[in-house]
Formats: sequence, structure tokens, C-alpha cells
Amino acid sequence: MTGARRITVGITYIALCLLSVLFAAPFVWMIATSLKVDRAVFTYPPEWIPRKPVQVSYAGKMRDLYTARLNGRTVKVAWLHETPEGVRAAVLDPEMRARKEIVVPSQSLRQEKRFFLRWGNYPRAIKSFPFLVYLRNSLIICIPVVLGTLISCTLAAYGFARLTWPGRDALFIFVLSTLMIPYIVTLLPMFLMFRAFGWIGTFLPLIAPAFFGNAFDIFLLRQFFRTLPAELSDAARIDGCNELSILWRIIVPLSRPALATVALMTFIWAWLDFMGPLVYLNDESMYTLALGLSAFLGRHAADWSGLMAAAAVVVMPIIILFFFAQRTFIKGIALTGMKG
Amino acid sequence: MKSRRLITGLLFVSPWIVGFLIFTFYPIAASFYYSLCDYRVLSPPRFVGLANYSMLARDQYFWRSLLNTAFMFIELPIAVALGIGVAMLLNQAVKGLPFFRTVFYLPAIVPTVAVSMLWLWIFNPDLGLANAGLERLGLPRLGWLVDPTTSKPAFILMDLWGVGGGMIIYLAALQGVPQHLHEAAALDGAGPLQRVRHVTLPAISPVIFFMVVTGMIGLFQYFTQAWIMTNPRGGPEHSTLFYALYLFQNAFEYFKMGYACAMGWILFVLSLIATVLVFRTSARWVYYEEGR
Repeated sequence: MTGARRITVGITYIALCLLSVLFAAPFVWMIATSLKVDRAVFTYPPEWIPRKPVQVSYAGKMRDLYTARLNGRTVKVAWLHETPEGVRAAVLDPEMRARKEIVVPSQSLRQEKRFFLRWGNYPRAIKSFPFLVYLRNSLIICIPVVLGTLISCTLAAYGFARLTWPGRDALFIFVLSTLMIPYIVTLLPMFLMFRAFGWIGTFLPLIAPAFFGNAFDIFLLRQFFRTLPAELSDAARIDGCNELSILWRIIVPLSRPALATVALMTFIWAWLDFMGPLVYLNDESMYTLALGLSAFLGRHAADWSGLMAAAAVVVMPIIILFFFAQRTFIKGIALTGMKG
Repeated sequence: MKSRRLITGLLFVSPWIVGFLIFTFYPIAASFYYSLCDYRVLSPPRFVGLANYSMLARDQYFWRSLLNTAFMFIELPIAVALGIGVAMLLNQAVKGLPFFRTVFYLPAIVPTVAVSMLWLWIFNPDLGLANAGLERLGLPRLGWLVDPTTSKPAFILMDLWGVGGGMIIYLAALQGVPQHLHEAAALDGAGPLQRVRHVTLPAISPVIFFMVVTGMIGLFQYFTQAWIMTNPRGGPEHSTLFYALYLFQNAFEYFKMGYACAMGWILFVLSLIATVLVFRTSARWVYYEEGR
């Protein structure tokens, strides 16, 4: 390794480490807050490690434990109450028995805290909103959306990638151009249309469109189908297979990685969708996790540890999915970048 | 024979064609008709000509929301530069690539609602991490989301946390840049910066183009974060009343469907103009491989 190369590598690592600290910090902060007791949540400046104040019993009441500098010695004291002259505190001996009461300036006191993870925030958060109902609703929507997208986009992508017919390429460019239509432009007439169908307040407006394909996934699958050798289908055609059975018997088995990518990305997209459920669902018992979480936020505005625990619970399935399917993710993304 | 092939082809793409007619073409056409109507949902639409459009021209909140959304476009070049920058760092054949890639990518797949909740807490003016960080650096504290001058930059900062989504696409593109191009440029005496400018960036320019166009469309409909995070909706002094948010409020809170459809159509035309502009300039900066 040359000197210049070594310096480049060094700078790269320093930059990467600094950036990853910045990117990871919000996550760590979310988890840390979700495990804190309320008093630790409202501590400023904020602390990264969840700790709770140590307490001692004094005269039948629980008091916070502090350390104080007294005549050059460090002693433990129990905070009693504030007075105009300073803090009234009880000096404790090493066995935590009270010796005498003193008044000290509050700056000379340092609170004793110990490491404590309050796991109870999680069951509390989950119990305070119908988590399982929302989870079920999210799955009721996501699973048919994934199936519908796979079926419709596979068919359309096959038509664009492996069949030759007049007007095909022009139509494909037209399909791609629909990617540039903002969702919100079509939202209102779609709402009115689904209202005329009597579908508002059901899952149907969120599920049905998936069965009619979408430009992005058609593009992605077409790119993949085009990489498979044409001889495969030609041989099957000579053997008398029709196009549908070529697609089902030859193309689909060879395209599992691409189909897995589409399934995964569609699942995540449907899982994250907020505006669709917000517009089409009006009964709280039909909310999805994303929508339910925002309703939870509305009701628990200052309960930060509960909010962070609820957020962590909603984030977790996605992160677990990512770790199990990391290679599928990365492959699929390489596929989107493919040219042609 | 030719017509049989046409029929087979059309049959395969027919789900998309039917879907396009029902879920794209009809809504856009209907939206145009409704935009010429007074339509309060509960009573049938009544044709009023261009009244909605002339009312919009005089609606100060319409202009406000347009400017607010325009402000967010600052995010686009920053996100592109940051995404490419991080991707280039990761493309240096570093050890621990999967670890770094995961750290940068994960925020991009966190549900927007959860992201919004987390950053609401980070931007908390009294107890939040953002102000604690500023104080640690010896800088003054900010109001973030409760101050009209910092509310939009706060949204931009939060969105940049999700830059990993773009980064991972740039990284895939960078890994596809042929090594022989770099070597040829190095032999011709090009330094590292020159190689970035004349080899790497042109080679990944189709991907940058794709990201700019989709990023633009995304910013035009900026909604969820503003819906969840700013209270009252639209933020302090309407500083986060974004276009899509105001459209949504007109439709589903004030039940002015015709008015909201007019806003939708204006957005449609604006996004069309913006896309055409980017396409026009693309001839100058997007390079496709020879022989395509």
C-alpha cells in the first residue's frame, strides 16, 4: 500500500465512523428513551444510558440519595426539601442510617443514580393501544397487496420483456411515464369513486389497485426477464407450450430472486403507507399499525418513553425482515439501477 | 400472425391497461371536471367554470403552501450530494461494508410515522437531543418545529437521515462502473477529483437523473411528516403548511372537493413542467453507454 493510498483509506474510515455515529444516534436515542423511567426522560442535559435515581428510606418516606462535599469529605445525604438558604438534607452514615440534618447549597449536591432498564414501558405501550388488532389489519392489507402485485406485474412484465408485438416499446415508455404522476393528484377522484362503490371504511380501496400492476415493479421485473436467454422460451414454444405455461414453468422459477425483491419491497411499502389508510379507513378498529401509531401519538403526547417503546415495536418487524433478507434487498436495488 | 401476437401481448399487459384506465386516467379526467365544479361531497357537483382557479389565485394560503413546498426543494441537491458522497466512501473497498451499509440504510425503511415521532422527541425544545447537541458545541438553542424560521430546515434535517435509501442505489450504480474506465483515466494522468468528475459522475448520471425525478415527485406531495409533527397542522405561522397538506385539508376537513381538485390539477401541471424541464436539461448531463 502506498503512502497516499493509506491516507485515503484512513480518511475514509474516519469519515465513515463519524457518519455512522450520526446516523445511529437517533436509533440509540429511541431505544434508550424507551427503557427509561419517567424522571430520567425529563433529565436535561439528556443521558444516553438509562439510569434511575437511587432512593433511601428516611423517617418513613422514600428520599433521593445525593453525595455532598462536607468539610473536605464526601458523604451521602438524603434530599429532604428546599429552603431559602439551600437544600435541607439528612447526612447518612455508611450503613445508610441518618446522623443529622444539614442545610447545603444545591450546587454542592450530586444525585446518585444507578443503571436501570425499565422493560415495563414495552408492555405498557402495547397494552395502551390495540397493537395486535392493528398488526392483524396491517397483515390483512399487506399480504393480498403482495400477491396481487406479484401476479399482475409478472404478467405485464412478461408481455413487455419476452413477447414481440407492434406498439410494445411505445406502450412501455408510456407505462414508465406514469411514474411521474403525483399520487395526490389521483387521490380525490379515487376516494369519490370508492365512495360510490361503498368501499370507504373497508380494506378494499387499499388492496384492489394492487391487482392491476404498477409501473415501478413492472419495470423491475421486465429488466430481470430480459436477462434470461431467449432460447429457453423458443425451445418450449417448439414443444408446443403456450405463453402462459412458459411464464409459469420456465420464467417464474428462474426469476425467484427478482420476485422475492418485488414481494419484499411491496410488503414494506404497504406496511409504511400512511396516507392511504388515513383517507380510506375511518373506524379505529380497522387502523393499520402506522395509522394506529399516529393515533397513539395524539393521546400520549408527553409520554416519551411510552411513545418511543411503541415506535420501536412498529420498527422492529421491518428491521428483523431486513436482517433476514438483506441479500434480497441489495440484489433488488442493483436491479433498479440496471440500464436498458 | 401479427395480429395474434398483438392480442397475446395486449392480454398479458391487460391488467395494467385496465388499472391505468380505472386508477389513473379516469381519476385525472374526473379531477379536471370536478375542478370546474363546486363540489361539497354531500350534494352533487355544480358546474362553476374557472371559479375555483380564480379563488385559488386570491387564496393567500394557497400561495403560502406553494412557497413552503418550493422551499423543500433545497433538500434535493443536498440529498443527492450526500447520497453520492456516502456511497463513494463505501465504494472504497472498505472492511465492514455490510455493517456501514446497514447503519446508513436502516433509517430509510423506518415507517414515516415512527420517524416523525422520534424526531419530534429529538427536536423537543426543552429536553431534546438536537438542542443538547447545539449547547455542547457552544451554540444557541433553537425552537426547531415551533419556530417558523427553523421548522422547514428541521424537516429537511430529518429527511436527510433517510438519505440511505438513495445512497444504496448510488452504491449499486458505482459498483457497476467499469474498472477499465478508471484505469484509462489514471493512465492519462487524471487525479482522483478529475476522475470523479469526468468518469464516475457521468457513468452514474442515468441513476442520478432517476433519483432527481422521483425525488422531485416525492417533494411535490410532502405530507405525512407535516401531518404528524406540526401542531396545529401547518405549523407555526403556517410555515409548514405544505401544498399536499393544504390540498388534503380542503378535501377532507373543509369538504371543498372541487377546490382541492383544482389544486391537484395545478400540482399535476407543475410536476409535468418540472419533469419536462429536467428531461430537457438531461441531454447535457446524462450519459448513456454507446450502442444503446
